[in-house]
Amino acid sequence: MDFIQANLPYLLAGISVGGQYALISIGYTMVYGILRLINFAHGDIFTVAAFFAVYLSATMPLIVSLPLTVVLTVVLGFVVERVAYAPLREAPRMSIMISAIGVSYLLQNLMWYITGGLAKQYVTIPWISSSVTLWGTTTKMVTLVTPVLTIILVVVLVQLINHTKIGMAMRAVSKDFETAKLMGIKIDAVISITFVIGSFLAAVGSMLYFSNYTAVTPLAGAMPGLKAFVAAVFGGIGSIPGAVVGAFIIGISENLLKAVGLTAFSDAFTFALLIFVLVFKPTGLFGEATTDKV
Amino acid sequence: MSLLTVSNLQVSYGGIEALKGISFDVEKGQIVTLIGANGAGKSTTLRAISGLVPIKTGAINFDGRDITSLDTSRLVSEGIVMVPEGRRVFANLTVLENLKIGAYLRKDPQEVARTIDYVYERFPRLKERHWQLAGTLSGGEQQMLAVGRALMARPRLLMMDEPSLGLAPLVVRDIFAIIKMLAQEGITILLIEQNANAALRAADSAYVLETGRITLSGTGTELLNNQSVRDAYLGQKRERKRPAQA
Repeated sequence: MDFIQANLPYLLAGISVGGQYALISIGYTMVYGILRLINFAHGDIFTVAAFFAVYLSATMPLIVSLPLTVVLTVVLGFVVERVAYAPLREAPRMSIMISAIGVSYLLQNLMWYITGGLAKQYVTIPWISSSVTLWGTTTKMVTLVTPVLTIILVVVLVQLINHTKIGMAMRAVSKDFETAKLMGIKIDAVISITFVIGSFLAAVGSMLYFSNYTAVTPLAGAMPGLKAFVAAVFGGIGSIPGAVVGAFIIGISENLLKAVGLTAFSDAFTFALLIFVLVFKPTGLFGEATTDKV
Repeated sequence: MSLLTVSNLQVSYGGIEALKGISFDVEKGQIVTLIGANGAGKSTTLRAISGLVPIKTGAINFDGRDITSLDTSRLVSEGIVMVPEGRRVFANLTVLENLKIGAYLRKDPQEVARTIDYVYERFPRLKERHWQLAGTLSGGEQQMLAVGRALMARPRLLMMDEPSLGLAPLVVRDIFAIIKMLAQEGITILLIEQNANAALRAADSAYVLETGRITLSGTGTELLNNQSVRDAYLGQKRERKRPAQA
């Protein structure tokens, strides 16, 4: 009982941060599923969302600023795809990858420029940021809200993909661009929707993640972004359930390592896992056997 | 009256001229075939008509309208539908989903359901297997699904790229029977084939493509009896005997 008592905070934190990683990693995995692109800018979009929340909340009430944050993040994801990726549709895959790296640095440097490199205090969202005591453990409400909200969003997303017309189109496009075109599907629209969904989830994930911290810096999203990417690879990139399971496993493992006193190794564990997966099971937990598009 | 008129169509891929200005007509309700060797430009012709590859010069008219600059999505809604080479069914979708995605641009779900019934009537195998992933079907079944999927868009012009490729002779016979049946139902067919014999037998009119140019044209029977066509595309052994397929 004492053991559980002592480790429960870590477990709860792990589940929570796992949910936040999951919300980011879905954006990586969906974009990869359709474009076979690792969208390196995705982690930065997650960070920009935090600054949107900070700056918008300075001038307007949260009830307006937070929804507006989500909308602006979605617009940003959409614009990035249209400006930096869409013109490279016929180009070699390496070009679009380089473009993604360029967008990533551009966003990071814009954040440096606008913030002057100073940490900005993150907004305190009522209720979400309030404390709650559970089985003798005190934690923030966000810790409990995150996994629930993550699961709800994932279930809705999976339903969308498996049981709607647009979801069917997304699955078709991810398999075969050209034949999807022959069905009358507008490829660009389907790709845009994918970025919109990914950015939406990143914006939600950003609010949940940064509610755990007092401040945001331009690089604050780099580490969670990277870990979410590892989660997507671990789960089998292209697979949504894989990304979610991978994210929870990584979040929980990291925090359990902290519980046993290996705090210094918790980040190293994630990247060791990446190397391990790439060496021994490159397709990940739920990945397709064929990784290349014909 | 011709449904499709292609005039002086030129297409280049990365500096290579795949089509050097071809012109041909497809009459309404007919089966028209383009035959020719590998690399003659048959597939390129279909891909240019369906908007998948950019056209350098030339004009394409469909039902009296200039459609040269329309995108693929618009062309599908106009009724120009292609069954791509190698079937290209969506292996990760079920048979029923493959059919539904063929009707992607259609709005009325009841009408779509009626077309699904129509397709099932012609291809009972698809109905039996409607819940299966398309990737698990046999080659012949996948070809039927590819045709059924194209029918879901209610084509006025159905373009077929090598429908018999890689299929067993018995299945090839079925496919050609289906092509003829569709033509009888009023769907105009533009067919390209390496199986020139079967294609010419089915066709009302035919064109021979050689390295990006049309070198011969006539009715299917005329080309079937043309000595140079026989030498180049039909093989020596079949000269006198009636082939098994048709």
